[in-house]
Amino acid sequence: MLTVRVNNTDYQADVTPDTPLLWVLRDVLGLTGTKFGCGIAECGACTVHLDGKAVRACSLPVGLLNGRPVTTIEGIGNDPLAQAVQKAWMDIDVVQCGYCQPGQIMSAIALLRDNPHPTDTDIDAAMSGNICRCGTYLRIRQAIHNAAGLSA
Amino acid sequence: MNTPATPSRRHFLAGATGLIVAGLLPKRRAFSRPSEFYQGPLVENTDPAFTPNAYIRIAPSTIPGDSGITLILPNVEMGQGIYTGAVTLIAEELNVDPDQVALEAAPPDDAYVAADMGTQATGGSTSTIFEWTTLRQAGAAARLLLTQAAASRWNCPISDCTTRQGRVLHTPSGDSFAYAELATDAATLPVPKTIPLKPAKDWTLIGRSRHRVDSRAKVEGRPLFGIDIRVPDMKHATVAACPVMGGTPGDMDRDAALRTPGVHAVLTIKNAVCVVADHYWAAKKGLEALAITWNEGPNASIDTHRIYSELHAALAEPKPIIAKSKGDAAAAMTRAASRYEATYQQPLLAHAPMEPINCTIHIRPDSADVWVGTQVPMWARDSVADIADLPKDKVRLHCQYIGGGFGRRLEYEYVTQAAQFAKQVPYPLKIVWSREEDLTLDRFRPAYVDRLRAGLNTQGRIESMEFRVVGPAVVARWEPAGLSPNGFDEDLAAAISITPYTFPASRLDYVRREAPGVVTAWWRGVGGTRGLFVVESFIDELALRAGADPVAYRRELIRDQPRARTVLDLAAEKSGWTTPLPKGHGRGVAVQFLFGSYLGTIIEVDMTEPKEVRITRVTVAVDCGQPVNPDQIRAQIEGGMIFGLGTTLFNEITLSKGRVQENNFNLWRIMRMNEAPPIEIHIVQSTEEPGGIGETGTAAAAPALANAIAAASGHRLRTLPLLPALKGA
Repeated sequence: MLTVRVNNTDYQADVTPDTPLLWVLRDVLGLTGTKFGCGIAECGACTVHLDGKAVRACSLPVGLLNGRPVTTIEGIGNDPLAQAVQKAWMDIDVVQCGYCQPGQIMSAIALLRDNPHPTDTDIDAAMSGNICRCGTYLRIRQAIHNAAGLSA
Repeated sequence: MNTPATPSRRHFLAGATGLIVAGLLPKRRAFSRPSEFYQGPLVENTDPAFTPNAYIRIAPSTIPGDSGITLILPNVEMGQGIYTGAVTLIAEELNVDPDQVALEAAPPDDAYVAADMGTQATGGSTSTIFEWTTLRQAGAAARLLLTQAAASRWNCPISDCTTRQGRVLHTPSGDSFAYAELATDAATLPVPKTIPLKPAKDWTLIGRSRHRVDSRAKVEGRPLFGIDIRVPDMKHATVAACPVMGGTPGDMDRDAALRTPGVHAVLTIKNAVCVVADHYWAAKKGLEALAITWNEGPNASIDTHRIYSELHAALAEPKPIIAKSKGDAAAAMTRAASRYEATYQQPLLAHAPMEPINCTIHIRPDSADVWVGTQVPMWARDSVADIADLPKDKVRLHCQYIGGGFGRRLEYEYVTQAAQFAKQVPYPLKIVWSREEDLTLDRFRPAYVDRLRAGLNTQGRIESMEFRVVGPAVVARWEPAGLSPNGFDEDLAAAISITPYTFPASRLDYVRREAPGVVTAWWRGVGGTRGLFVVESFIDELALRAGADPVAYRRELIRDQPRARTVLDLAAEKSGWTTPLPKGHGRGVAVQFLFGSYLGTIIEVDMTEPKEVRITRVTVAVDCGQPVNPDQIRAQIEGGMIFGLGTTLFNEITLSKGRVQENNFNLWRIMRMNEAPPIEIHIVQSTEEPGGIGETGTAAAAPALANAIAAASGHRLRTLPLLPALKGA
């Protein structure tokens, strides 16, 4: 049994330590907001926060967490910055299929926490690890600017 | 579940008597989710409800604050915004607030068969085209019956009644009933003879940008997609099919797999193996432990080079299928002052939607449930019924939001495969393909070779055009009835046989060559994407040879097409087409009529770095007829363009020894945010019938980009993808 701390709750998971956090979240804990896209940290669909930093859950063995807190898309609802980001996403209807968007949003929140007023270049650098197959990048970039304004 | 007796909704909506009718149809007991945001145990609605047609259900007893109104959406939502569009069309005529209705995904049912698709299908940018009248009529018919029910209660003429925000109002007294209060009465009323639709001037929803119905659920990460389904006692599984088409599993170490922690079972079918476990990771480790040896079969020698050589060789075919002919193209070609010829090559392409292929399925002795994202729900259901040896009405298929379709989920072989495994176990099975499986076992957009010939007069203007298309006929497998009697696949020449251009004489012929070693399938933009690249590249070549401006040259050819001219001129004007660019920069143009919509596109590139291309600006003018939701038109063109640009630059599926080489996003490059150019979209106001929009931007990308590269660098690239071609130029 491994203990993982997710969204301020401790969970027991009967998995081997090499199991990526992604599958503990999705298949063991039932937190399916974090998505499976590639399994090799190339697409960013599985982005969550570990100690507040964006990480790719598909390539993070759960045995390496050592009790550090994980936050997923399901756990951000009370954070004003996260709310500003989600509102900015809705205001300009960023989503299309929406599958990659939890990962995009988790990357965007981590960016804005470190850099409250990013330039286009800052945004591109922080967000280029997140693939969107529907091609919503222009709206994502705009929404991040708008969220920076909302949370200022 | 009850199935309406009517074979086609076209019949019951627009049959001889006109109409949709309460009472004629058996009550639909929809089993899909009560709302798009709720995903719990399935609820069967047994209350008698007002179900005037397949798209609307109004429950008579309501919870306070609940309108009782449910809209049933005939097309699947895979990002294209059709749920929002469908709600807009129904709500416009029903006179309800779109935010006050519950939504359901339509189950597989004859009622939702689009006659032109041959089955219940979402694809080919057809949804708005097909539903434009149907869904407004559905809303209007329900409104009419509800109004009649209210007028009876008030014992007043219908003309004293109006409807607003889900209520019928008695104008003289100010009294009103909620629709839900009238549902039981309305359900007994006879057929209206005609359904008047609102004139455009009375629209309050159509033509205005509205927020998507699914934005909130998607930004909150709610469990919407097939891959998110969790049902009681479900086990997780992943699969490996033989990486060479037609091969079968040979030796494998079952004991090693079963010793893997969390693994429960190893299942096999003719061409694939499935490992069942407590969670995906355990299943994946179990699959690795199997160390399967494959019997690869006869396709193990196939490589991409062979596919292309066979296509090129077929250019010499002496007896092609003559698909279309205008005038005597051959004679005009002979008479012409000069002739010009060019050959273009396009690759196999994968779909790579962000949501990997998955299917959750429970087969019991007497029934089955399937939770899956599919663009063809009826075919998927029928396939499960066939495999499980169950009557079709014992298979309940629950349509899920789709995390990207692009044509991939017009195939249902993954549902068939899932059923073959699931019938071997008593519990529900959730099968998730790895990304590697998703890419290498995809069904691919075909590779094509096209040869175009022009006969030109002394000014370089076209006297005769000859098109020869070589490639597979996807429709022959997907829907054989769709193949023309002469063997022609109309789709693959979509941008050739219906073009805004007028040529004095032309001939289109086709040589069918199926690609060995792969299954080919629909892909975003289908025939329009592949055809527009060759036509618009070739026209550009002819313009440059004639020493003409590419926009002006096209304008002459579309003299008789005012809508095409408008979008071409608007795109040129907004892009600053005539403004000179610095050395190493260039602009390319494409104009198109596809999916019922006209686009003019100008792409600007910077090629000052040798053998690199940076897309600096994209300008699109679009006339897609009457816009339903302008912001979603923009969204589809933005996204479709980026989808097309990335593909045009980077993507080609290659086979080596029968195996697909590009197996994850490290090898299958997707355009990322830092590469996405600014895209500016201008919508032409139009009252024509709506056209499709989801695939138009994708089709525009390749020709406009290739033409821009030619303008900036002088390199005419006739082979896709462009980036490797440019490096080798």
